[in-house]
Amino acid sequence: MPDPPAIEAHDLTKRFAKGNVLALDGLSFETPPGTVLGVLGPNGAGKTTAVRILCTVLVPDNGRAAILGLDVVRDAVAVRRVIGLAGQNAAVDENLSGRQNLQMVGRLSHMARGQAKKRAEELLEQFGLTNAASRSLKTYSGGMRRRLDLAAALVAQPPILFFDEPTTGLDPQTRRDMWTWTERLVAEGTTVLLTTQYLEEADRLADQVIVVDHGKVIAQGTPESLKADLGSTVLLVTLENSENAPRAAALLGPLGTRAPIVEDTLVEMSVENGPKAGSEALRVLDADGITVLGLVLREPSLDEVFLKLTGHRADSGPPAVATQASAESVGPRARSAR
Amino acid sequence: MTTVPADKNAALQPSGRLEGIGWLVNDSLTIAWRYLAAMLRLPESILFSAIQPMLLVLMFRYVFGGAIRGVHGSYVNYLMPGIFVQTVAFGAVISAVGVAEDIQKGIIERFRALPMARSAVLAGRTLSDLTRNACSIALMAGLGFAVGFRIETNVPAFLAGLGILLFFSWALSWGFSFIGLVVRNSETAQVATFPILLPFTFASSAFVPVQTMPGWLQAFAKYQPVSQVVNACRALMDGGPTSFHVLIALAWCFGLVAVLAPLAVRRYRRPA
Ligand SMILES: Nc1ncnc2c1ncn2[C@@H]1O[C@H](COP(=O)(O)OP(=O)(O)OP(=O)(O)O)[C@@H](O)[C@H]1O
Ligand SMILES: [Mg+2]
Repeated sequence: MPDPPAIEAHDLTKRFAKGNVLALDGLSFETPPGTVLGVLGPNGAGKTTAVRILCTVLVPDNGRAAILGLDVVRDAVAVRRVIGLAGQNAAVDENLSGRQNLQMVGRLSHMARGQAKKRAEELLEQFGLTNAASRSLKTYSGGMRRRLDLAAALVAQPPILFFDEPTTGLDPQTRRDMWTWTERLVAEGTTVLLTTQYLEEADRLADQVIVVDHGKVIAQGTPESLKADLGSTVLLVTLENSENAPRAAALLGPLGTRAPIVEDTLVEMSVENGPKAGSEALRVLDADGITVLGLVLREPSLDEVFLKLTGHRADSGPPAVATQASAESVGPRARSAR
Repeated sequence: MTTVPADKNAALQPSGRLEGIGWLVNDSLTIAWRYLAAMLRLPESILFSAIQPMLLVLMFRYVFGGAIRGVHGSYVNYLMPGIFVQTVAFGAVISAVGVAEDIQKGIIERFRALPMARSAVLAGRTLSDLTRNACSIALMAGLGFAVGFRIETNVPAFLAGLGILLFFSWALSWGFSFIGLVVRNSETAQVATFPILLPFTFASSAFVPVQTMPGWLQAFAKYQPVSQVVNACRALMDGGPTSFHVLIALAWCFGLVAVLAPLAVRRYRRPA
């Protein structure tokens, strides 16, 4: 008998009576053990709803889902023994200390008292909370709470983890730490489902990505294959003068696979053959007397994949700064929609 | 892939009813510990919640005590059982607020994703309420003795009275937890419970004899559970015929738990 997928969803639908919102509209995917599945989607796409159903907190209207072959509705109790959840809002007890919170989760996961204590100390250490361990959570910063919430998901060392926007509200250093922890867990065989709005995060961590919009999967694949689907390289041209931008865009238009995006002095477009298009771009602009300050060729970001698939942009994420020097990190997010 | 073998690891399966009960006890104790530990982290809140009933004892004893007529014997002795019952009744607001706050803060969401026994959240909640009520009653009894309250029966009867009182408080805890689960918001829970509590505690035999009320009110005041529990406590502490009052009070307590506990657990389990 083949091993069941770590996480599978088949045609999940969920409608919330309040507001009559169809949050999930036939969501299907599966992910093998020991991998990271990135779930990307704009606000309201249904990511959190899907996670809540997979964690047995919510019951779907239709369709079914299973964790390691265990049905999330029929075998809910067994499912809860193999999962850890760090939800979108840190679900921790404000009135207890960090240590007490972790011990409580250990006891409720049916660990022996001594074992729960030991595990709590390990996690406090790992997440840099040892010094704050006996303080009430009321004195914790948002990032500390977030870290404690992640630690709580790891208490019972479950083989399947659900992280719903795990790095929202974390500082860059802690976010990188979080990535390292996740990679370590996966190296040890854990399966992680991670929802995120940070495309960089999915790119870095996920083996497979599904893009969710309006409650269904609109694309899936490896981060690389999704980017390859765009079938082109991104060409960014920085002009000296923004008044020339519309004219430059018109000149460059025939070189690209879709209409160029103009923002201030920056013209962005997708091209088939990067180097050829680059030199051609310089030539036509020079012939027209338009001064070019910089030209960058790069792989499309998941952001652009996302735009192409949904027709609208991911509207939150770390602000990217559009400077010449860091053109590598210039995502379309930094500019308004075309 | 369409069919997934329902191949469940035997080790993941709950192994029988007895173990289930064991976990229910374990999880309920953990949840009760959670509430009590949280309370201990806020000693000032314990202090203030103790001051209110103590002030009530002093006010009724010295402010209203002289004006209240129709009581035979010592008014303090008449008053104390009423104060006890009133304290546990108002204390039940804490259950409603606590449960609503848990929902609001999302911690219930974490509990729902843990392999813990489902009824343990409420069982633990009501167990911690029981502990809290036992402490506040002990405190008030101490103050009562200091201002002239005397046991006119005997110590076992007095303790039996306290037992009924705690049983009643436990029944209320279930009911008020249910309210917390329904309103899902701590402020709403606070304001929703007072209109329920006021008529039951004041239109009762807790502070004045029911006979002093207008006839239409007497009908309610005489038979409602707060009065019945007060009457039973009074009989057990201050003397008078006991068995009738005690039986009625116990019947109320059993009845309330039998209705309210399943109601609350069903509400908690109801899939969202
Ligand atoms: N409890 C609820 N009651 C009513 N509507 C809800 C509820 N939870 C979610 N919704 C609605 O369902 C849709 C999907 O919400 P969901 O939280 O799953 O989105 P999301 O992809 O997690 O978004 P975000 O990125 O903002 O976290 C939204 O339109 C939301 O308003
Ligand atoms: Mg969400």
